[in-house]
Amino acid sequence: MVEIDLNRVEEIIGRYEGEEGVLIQMLLDLQSEFNWIPREVIARISERLHIPKSQIYRIASFYKAMSLSPVGRHVIQVCLGTACQVRGAPRIMDRVKESLGIEEGETTQDMRFTLRRVNCLGCCAMGPVVVVDGDYHGKVTPSEVEDLLQSYK
Amino acid sequence: MSRVKSKEDLLALQSAILAKRDPDKPLITLCSGTACCATGSNAVANAIKAELEKQGLSDTVSFRRTGCHGFCERGPIVTIYPYDICYLNVSPEDVPEIISKSIKGHEIVERLLYTDPNTGERIVRESDIPFYKYQTRLVFGDNPVIEPTNIEDYIAIGGYQALAKVLEEMTPEEVLEEVKKSNLRGRGGGGFPAGRKWESTRNAPGEPKYVIVNCDEGDPGAYMDRSLMEGNPHRVLEGLIIGAYAIGSHQGFVYVRQEYPLAVKNLSIALDQAREYGFLGDDILGSGFKFDVCIHRGAGAFVSGESSALMNAIEGKVGEPRPKYIHTSESGIWEKPSNLNNVETWANVPLIIERGADWFNSIGTEHSKGTKIFSLVGAVNNTGLVEVPMGTTLRDIIYKIGGGIRSGKKFKAVQTGGPSGGVIPEQYLDAPVDFDELTRLGSMMGSGGMIVMAEDTCIVDIARYFVDFLCDESCGKCVPCREGLKRMRDILNDIVAGRGKEGDIELLEEIAHVMKSASLCALGTTAANPVLSTIRYFKAEYEAHIEEKRCPALVCKDLISYYIQPDKCIACMLCLKNCPSGAIQGEKRKIHVIDQRKCIKCGICFEVCPPKVRAVTKISGKPVPPPLPESERVIERRAKR
Repeated sequence: MVEIDLNRVEEIIGRYEGEEGVLIQMLLDLQSEFNWIPREVIARISERLHIPKSQIYRIASFYKAMSLSPVGRHVIQVCLGTACQVRGAPRIMDRVKESLGIEEGETTQDMRFTLRRVNCLGCCAMGPVVVVDGDYHGKVTPSEVEDLLQSYK
Repeated sequence: MSRVKSKEDLLALQSAILAKRDPDKPLITLCSGTACCATGSNAVANAIKAELEKQGLSDTVSFRRTGCHGFCERGPIVTIYPYDICYLNVSPEDVPEIISKSIKGHEIVERLLYTDPNTGERIVRESDIPFYKYQTRLVFGDNPVIEPTNIEDYIAIGGYQALAKVLEEMTPEEVLEEVKKSNLRGRGGGGFPAGRKWESTRNAPGEPKYVIVNCDEGDPGAYMDRSLMEGNPHRVLEGLIIGAYAIGSHQGFVYVRQEYPLAVKNLSIALDQAREYGFLGDDILGSGFKFDVCIHRGAGAFVSGESSALMNAIEGKVGEPRPKYIHTSESGIWEKPSNLNNVETWANVPLIIERGADWFNSIGTEHSKGTKIFSLVGAVNNTGLVEVPMGTTLRDIIYKIGGGIRSGKKFKAVQTGGPSGGVIPEQYLDAPVDFDELTRLGSMMGSGGMIVMAEDTCIVDIARYFVDFLCDESCGKCVPCREGLKRMRDILNDIVAGRGKEGDIELLEEIAHVMKSASLCALGTTAANPVLSTIRYFKAEYEAHIEEKRCPALVCKDLISYYIQPDKCIACMLCLKNCPSGAIQGEKRKIHVIDQRKCIKCGICFEVCPPKVRAVTKISGKPVPPPLPESERVIERRAKR
């Protein structure tokens, strides 16, 4: 497991200190820094801002943008927005799941891939869309999925 | 830059900006919204900059990266002014030729122009392309000419003059009256009159008052608010400041989804620039009016787009709705009067002030005025953002602007209003699109998503899809929504899996009615709409699934089988090689057969079977014919096909 740089955590908490209603913004910054929100980080926020841990967990588990478990080296997002849905996205999702042997929201055991479902990326002209680590792959067909995954080591 | 202190100052600044700009100097613009960035706009931008440099044109040619032009199907889009040439699907490799021919040589690169699919005619000007020609782009139309990160571009086209007019010539009451008179209705979903909402916040007791821009836009398939926010943030901001003045608010919030990083970035830049120029801050345009705005990034929760939930989120809490016995206009953020409107609603305000309520009333239908931006997506040829006057027919939007259905398929339905909306079948294609008509048809306007579905979309599966989406997004606070959705999902999952039984349709309807009358917020009260409207128009399709275990659209995995027609198979081995589960038997010159027990129904054989052959078919509602005996599978040398 990756060491969490607590100095960075302190720095991000420091950005917001003294302001009202900032917990969500702070957690979002921490999420983008570490790609997930580890237990130590929640403990640290709780200490510094005198907010009960339960309240922080409640927020972190409610919002989709925040993850309480570590993510793989590559994050795959399969778009299942309505436009992609009518262009056959479920079959793409099935292929990815089948090929990696994981369900939506899970990470492969070798920590290579995390699979996420997204509900519209707003580039519907390219549908069905698969995004891996921020690279957009448009008009994906089921038979292309295997090669696409293989290109991320 | 010193702050702009009056309307006179602003007009002088506009003249100064225009004077600096030579209208004859060539200008290249490149669409750089999120959708075009996904299709390679960044690489094209780098190529343009490098090529201008290389050809020694950096000083004599301007280059602007603009927001979304709307024609996402054909992005990235490059336009060249003053010649008014529009190139589509531009890739970095095209750039040297574009610059050599069209900038240096006044020639046109024919292959990058729009070609009319019917006549084969090539079209040079963006505005002559049918996708644009039939639109009325009042709110969205400035996107292609301004760089969102440069406030001078917005000022050059008359930006912030509506604000100057309001602050110098109108009282807050007069502004309120004008907006009320315009009959502007909220573009975010419900269509509530914006002026009346403003008035109740203004009149509500309590200080301070807040104004909010809702850029949460959670409906899958809808991205017009993002494109406005990314492409023309000052326009939204100008509307918000005018609203704040009318309502008597000094603090605004913009709630933007975290998933829209470019919108957050462009808006942050716009806020800084607006402060620098004196459109935000203590003494706006020298009027003494004080107002500022902060950004709140939403953390991904569909229900947080609901007004009271969004206000909870701004307070840093879980974004769940509150019971609305008291409207948020009276008790919103920190229990203070708070007025929330959606991005597109705010963006309409400067127009109304500039051109007047009477002008605004001249566009649209009796009860829905102005234009509406739709995000036209799905099984349509021209995916993109479309702005039309209220009352335009679905047929005009889908066929004239959208270019009809993809791959020559047949139209089945159009879904509007996102997960709270419904489907509209073919017989209503000539219905005029406005708030009331869509509601009458069992759907709703919503934020403007318009998802076109062709004959190969299973309507029961679509209902299941929306219910599944809402199940995930329901906050769980009230029972009818939380439990109702789960039970509906169970029933629909059974139906698409071939386990449907008599009485399921009636049970779905019953649950729907309870949810409609007893849920806490709009998510729950409208959640059954996709189910009710699909039952209303496509009951036969539900019945086929339940009674005959047949999926007429050949989509539902558990109700279909893949089958290779022996008389068509040419034993090319393509499906066999691609089958991930090894379910296909065969060899060269031997007709292929699918082992139904091994088949995982991924559809790859269907996809890879050559279009000329089309041997792989889908079967539903009847048994798969038994495989040919081994001895009959050999293909004798056939005459050439």
